[in-house]
Amino acid sequence: MRTAGTIVTCLMALAAPAAAQSAAPAGASSCSGCHDARIASPAIPPLKGRPAPEIVAAMEAFRNGGREATVMGRIAKGYTDDETRAIAAWFSQR
Amino acid sequence: MRNASLDRRTLLKSAAAASAATLLHAPALAQSAPRVTVIGGGFAGATCARELKRSGVAVTLVEPNATYTACPFSNNVLAGLRPLSAQEFGYDAIRRDGVTVAQQRTSSIDPQAKQVALADGGRLDYDRLVLAPGIDLRFDALPGYDEAAAQTMPHAWKAGEQTTLLRRQLEAMDDGGTVVMSAPANPFRCPPGPYERASLIAHYLKTQKPRSKLIILDAKDAFSKQRLFQNAWTPLYPNLEWISLSSGGKVTEVDVKEKTLVTDFDRHKADVANVIPPQRAGLIAQLAGIADRSGWCPIDPVTFESRQQPGIHVIGDACIAGGMPKSAFAANAQAKVCAAAVAGLLRGETPVQPKLINTCYSLVAPDYGISIAGVYHPANGVLADVEGAGGVSPIDAPPSFRALEATYADTWFQTITTEVFG
Ligand SMILES: Cc1cc2nc3c(=O)[nH]c(=O)nc-3n(C[C@H](O)[C@H](O)[C@H](O)COP(=O)(O)OP(=O)(O)OC[C@H]3O[C@@H](n4cnc5c(N)ncnc54)[C@H](O)[C@@H]3O)c2cc1C
Repeated sequence: MRTAGTIVTCLMALAAPAAAQSAAPAGASSCSGCHDARIASPAIPPLKGRPAPEIVAAMEAFRNGGREATVMGRIAKGYTDDETRAIAAWFSQR
Repeated sequence: MRNASLDRRTLLKSAAAASAATLLHAPALAQSAPRVTVIGGGFAGATCARELKRSGVAVTLVEPNATYTACPFSNNVLAGLRPLSAQEFGYDAIRRDGVTVAQQRTSSIDPQAKQVALADGGRLDYDRLVLAPGIDLRFDALPGYDEAAAQTMPHAWKAGEQTTLLRRQLEAMDDGGTVVMSAPANPFRCPPGPYERASLIAHYLKTQKPRSKLIILDAKDAFSKQRLFQNAWTPLYPNLEWISLSSGGKVTEVDVKEKTLVTDFDRHKADVANVIPPQRAGLIAQLAGIADRSGWCPIDPVTFESRQQPGIHVIGDACIAGGMPKSAFAANAQAKVCAAAVAGLLRGETPVQPKLINTCYSLVAPDYGISIAGVYHPANGVLADVEGAGGVSPIDAPPSFRALEATYADTWFQTITTEVFG
């Protein structure tokens, strides 16, 4: 599964070199509504530049209730493993 | 400062050059310098313009106001918890990104000629148009409630002067007075908004004018985050009364002279009246034939392209976004998806299936936040809820949870306004 996620990400990077800046995988662009690197908020951390495995693990924990949350549990349940991996990879490279 | 008409002339020249060249050499030029016009510089339009610019598209943002006044957190202004200036944002950062901002109102759209006419007579050509005009308050829907009536019984559903007017009225009201609000039927801008407003006004009354009361007359039997609101109201605001549609809450007429809201069963005399009237997509969408008979704009859920006019995309409150509510969060999320789709279409690519989030916080009291969230994807031609995801805050959460959500609400506003305007 991990390989599949990586392949998807690599393919995306190859497919749209010029648009690499903006070509967010499905579901990624909404995140910056709350998680923005320019607001140094301890309450809502930025996602850009975060290691991908950290984001994947956090989403998994939010989804299965392993990590306490207010709203992220409800949001994480809307994402598949593959989607989360692609999103995490994308944020980690920004 | 840049001169508006000069700006326009420059625009017109480059727009004319672009369209002339497009005729001669369509595919090549469409790839190198496509031009997109975005109408409306709110959460939807301003986000979209910046995102498009970042993906290499030449963008003109058409917005009549030099300053945008944000609605989220304007209920705090009504309660005296925040100055209106904290709601105001300019377009300088957007200009610095390289977006051309035309400070004008769009007066008409010609979808065949792919041209937009501005109120001052200027014209703009476009390859694709993004329409984000927000809402129009319907001054023809509730007998007695027209634009003049809104000076006596403010709606405050577009933030700015109306917010200040309602705040002043609340301040001037004697202790022991009655505030009457009317909430419209669905759909309307910010489904939990009237109830957050009622909560924060009730908070103001409780702390400053404790003998006063507040009545919400509702054209609905159910509303967003209802259990959470009502659960909080019982202990916090015993002087707040919600009258549902089936209990006779639907306002059928307003009597401005008497400051009275009329229902089928009763006349409610107010010391302060806040009428939130029915709404529809911004007027320009009606004029251009992009809104359907409901008054809102049907769209393709993948690209936000209008179902009525190809080449025109509609985002934000004006569009029919299926399960997504009319919120600033949703407008921002839609704008980013739409920008990616428009940029892709201009490059001849097939748009990807998007996934979008909405999260709306409401404050029941300054340190008491509640939320509703959803995840959405295209299904059967509409933006549908992803099953199993989303929902509202737990009904039995401790005060620390409510306080945390109030903090998140605040952080969200800072983040989103920085992303859109900062
Ligand atoms: C009291 C209240 C509280 C709210 N709280 C929240 C909240 O907590 N969270 C949340 O997510 N949402 C909230 N909302 C909802 C939010 O304000 C709207 O959903 C959001 O503003 C929609 O963005 P928009 O860009 O579609 O429209 P708008 O923000 O209304 O922007 C539309 C812009 O288009 C311009 N325009 C209109 N016609 C033309 C024309 N012909 N030519 C050029 N420009 C034009 C207008 O001047 C305006 O600047 C609240 C709303 C209210 C009223």
